[in-house]
Amino acid sequence: MAKQIRIALRNCGVIDPERIEDYIARDGYMALASVLTDLSPEAVIEILKKSGLRGRGGGGFPAGIKWEITRNVVADQKYVVCNADEGDPGAFMDRSILEGDPHVVLEAMTINGYCTGASRGLIYIRAEYPLAVERLKTAMGQSRSMGLLGENILGTGFNFDIDIRYGAGAFVCGEETALIHSMEGLRGEPTVKPPFPSVEGYLKKPTNVNNVETFANIPIIINKGWKWFSSIGTEKSKGTKVFALAGKINNVGLIEVPMGTTLREVIYEIGGGIQYGKAFKAAQTGGPSGGCLTVKHLDTPIDYDNLIAAGSMMGSGGLIVMDEDDCMVAIAKFYLEFTVEESCGKCSPCRIGNKRLFELLEKITQGNGTMDDIDKLRNLGTVIKETSLCGLGQSSPNPVLSTIDNFPEEYHEHVTGKKCRSKVCKSLMQYLVVADKCIGCTLCARNCPVDAISGERKQVHFIDQSKCIKCGACMDKCKFNAIIIN
Amino acid sequence: MAKLETANALMELREALKEKGAALSQANSPLSTIQVKVTMATCGIASGSKPVFEFMKDELSKRNIPAKVTQVGCMGFCYAEPTIEITIPGKSPVIFGYVNLKKADEIIEHFIRKGEEIEGSIQINYETA
Repeated sequence: MAKQIRIALRNCGVIDPERIEDYIARDGYMALASVLTDLSPEAVIEILKKSGLRGRGGGGFPAGIKWEITRNVVADQKYVVCNADEGDPGAFMDRSILEGDPHVVLEAMTINGYCTGASRGLIYIRAEYPLAVERLKTAMGQSRSMGLLGENILGTGFNFDIDIRYGAGAFVCGEETALIHSMEGLRGEPTVKPPFPSVEGYLKKPTNVNNVETFANIPIIINKGWKWFSSIGTEKSKGTKVFALAGKINNVGLIEVPMGTTLREVIYEIGGGIQYGKAFKAAQTGGPSGGCLTVKHLDTPIDYDNLIAAGSMMGSGGLIVMDEDDCMVAIAKFYLEFTVEESCGKCSPCRIGNKRLFELLEKITQGNGTMDDIDKLRNLGTVIKETSLCGLGQSSPNPVLSTIDNFPEEYHEHVTGKKCRSKVCKSLMQYLVVADKCIGCTLCARNCPVDAISGERKQVHFIDQSKCIKCGACMDKCKFNAIIIN
Repeated sequence: MAKLETANALMELREALKEKGAALSQANSPLSTIQVKVTMATCGIASGSKPVFEFMKDELSKRNIPAKVTQVGCMGFCYAEPTIEITIPGKSPVIFGYVNLKKADEIIEHFIRKGEEIEGSIQINYETA
């Protein structure tokens, strides 16, 4: 049996995204037609609830319940929002869906409008995705001219139309309250929930926010039925998940696997194993909000709950594979640097706390850390998670906490041994000349950008550690392997 | 395309389009033709799929090989972009990776015209719902 089942990606790579005929030939807009003519909004919501579909943006909230909450609020105007503000480093699931199958999102949003009582939809998309925007606009034009979007859809009297709103690339705007404020023309900052957007969202009206991939699952659930969908996956996580598989893996790619697939199957069967036959060390799920999975998690079925139990989270679907050459302290620092940059600054735990976490990590990677610093990281990280205003701060310490939990020995080595086993942390490295290999050709000295290498011709050379900037130029140039990293 | 006034009109259109689409891949239909799909999402284009797309369109017609060349979204094989999928009527689709103009030429001459097996095909490792 194939390890992958393409549900959200079923049309990607199959149809021409700029031809609505291709989409219709693949049963496109059939779900909308059957919803508008045969099903009540309650019946559709019931199908979704029974299907077990959970939000694919990362949180995993049951989609049917969200729709129901929005439906049950009485208001003169409601909105449907598609969250296409994909911002995790190395993640491109939503972009691929929008570029390969834009109509599926339009169809699902229209169905959502029918179920919740909204007549307007908004797609909040990064301005950095110009091709996705262009294809969405083409698709919207086509569906409007065919009577599948706009007024009196398919002659049923139902009206629904969609606009595009551009995000300027702030990571925090993927958080739904910040996203809504950004669309309102305000600063993209989160606010306290409740009220949830389903009750009070865009322009204070009930607003149903779902992610691109969540929407991409909707039409086929209606066409094929909730029983079919809920037969795929695990007990509490139904269906499939799209992952952007990246990092030190042979077959970098966009994959879609049933919930419950193990990391081992993903890495070794679908991903073709680790590059250059190296050893697997860890996989980061959930980007800057997630944690790392290690060798001991290789056979854990991947679903929402197991990932949380492992100290990580599903996130939107970035899956970055790391091998023996990656330093876990440096990885944690990399993600923290991203968070510090992207924190909106509204609440102090996130604004100040993450900065302090970053500084502690920097201290450790520079060889100045103490064992006390590791405890501080753990304590501060826990406080930030518990006290931050929105999902960004509530999850940003995860990469630090999970690397401390899973790789305590690496932190200890950096602190007590002043050593980085993966030879990544430059401050802890020394380039040295091996005396019996150096023939004194002077090539290294001539290529050193900071004149840190001295030595007479035909004499063993010497690297002045106080001047060396650890660029590695000498090691690259040496023809006799006479320079090593200590 | 004309406006669809009812759900039935949509269903009729779908049936017609489905039939037409199926006929393209059948071995002995008057409509059957070679189908070429070129991955043209951002990732594919960044790896050079646009010239490959133009090349396939122009060269197949110059060399009098009737074919339908279309752009599609991501097939998922990022490591091997640009990727293209060839369906010869009556046969299963074959995906090729790392397609540059030289490879595209080889695909046209050897795989399509002469029906030979050539290197560089990618195992399709998924089912589609």
